[in-house]
Amino acid sequence: MASVADNVMRFFRGSSERAAEPAVPQKRMRRSSGMGEISRLLNSQEGLCVLDLGSTSANNINFLTEKGHKNYSEDLLRASLDPDLRVKDEAGNVVVDCKKFLDENLTYPNGVFDIVLVWNLPDYMEENLVKPMIDRLWSVLKPGGLLLAFFHTRDAGPDSPCYRFHITGTDMLEMQEVRLSDKHSPRLQRVFNNRHIENLFRDFASIKFFLARDAIREVLLVR
Amino acid sequence: MDAPKTGEYAHIGKSVVIKGELSGSEDLYVDGQVDGSIELRNNNLMVGPNGIVRASVSAKGVTVQGKLDGKINASDRVEFRKSAIVTGDVVAQRIAIEDGAYFQGKVDIQKESGKASAS
Repeated sequence: MASVADNVMRFFRGSSERAAEPAVPQKRMRRSSGMGEISRLLNSQEGLCVLDLGSTSANNINFLTEKGHKNYSEDLLRASLDPDLRVKDEAGNVVVDCKKFLDENLTYPNGVFDIVLVWNLPDYMEENLVKPMIDRLWSVLKPGGLLLAFFHTRDAGPDSPCYRFHITGTDMLEMQEVRLSDKHSPRLQRVFNNRHIENLFRDFASIKFFLARDAIREVLLVR
Repeated sequence: MDAPKTGEYAHIGKSVVIKGELSGSEDLYVDGQVDGSIELRNNNLMVGPNGIVRASVSAKGVTVQGKLDGKINASDRVEFRKSAIVTGDVVAQRIAIEDGAYFQGKVDIQKESGKASAS
């Protein structure tokens, strides 16, 4: 009898252990209106300079270079987590050295890029880096250049996983959960409302919102 | 991936540190440290998992498993394995990046016909 009870308990314990986080980050597909607009530009011109600020993506590099464009990659989220960027302010609080972050990353001349893919960076980056990063991106964009960013809506919830985005088609993205070296996903730092987003991008010439069903607000800016 | 057999590649072991210009007419496997430049015009470079290369690289094909900080100019193919950490601009005919590799820089694909990505 004891051995039957042991087997039953082992079965249930085994089930709960199997329910632990999957070893491989999950992937899913989404249709992106913002990416569709970007693709229209990519298909209409050659030799564009595109800055991709997401995690290194072979898909994105191949998608862009096969169309004859130049691709620049910077994994800014990972770069922002560098412990060497952490300093203490006058009050003794640990903050991120914004100047050092920008000096070590995004070191491009002004007006270089036709397109910047920010993805969901502002939602997951340290607060004091977001606005300076956007200001720097404005500078490195050409007049008329496009910037695409994704923002969570309030419906997304605080535990929304951080995804990297692989371009798989004209308006299709494959979303893959980002896992850091400690196997955890970066935490959603904040939820921007429309007014916050408009303030963040106030130096841009125009702003277009696309609201999707998956609690993501896509924003397409023109410099 | 296993290191290539010694007979196939010239081998720089993980305890070796080289500073300066490295050139050759055979395939090269670097598992140590190289600072400077690597010129293997018609041959391949492989940076092993322990390799740390801070150099501009000119080769036929480049495969990276370790760290490479510098410009890569490959007449054929560039490949970053999942353990690769690469910072620098890449010019090649083809590029393959395994999931997990880290890359920061520009990619410029130049096809064999000589038709370059427009600047």
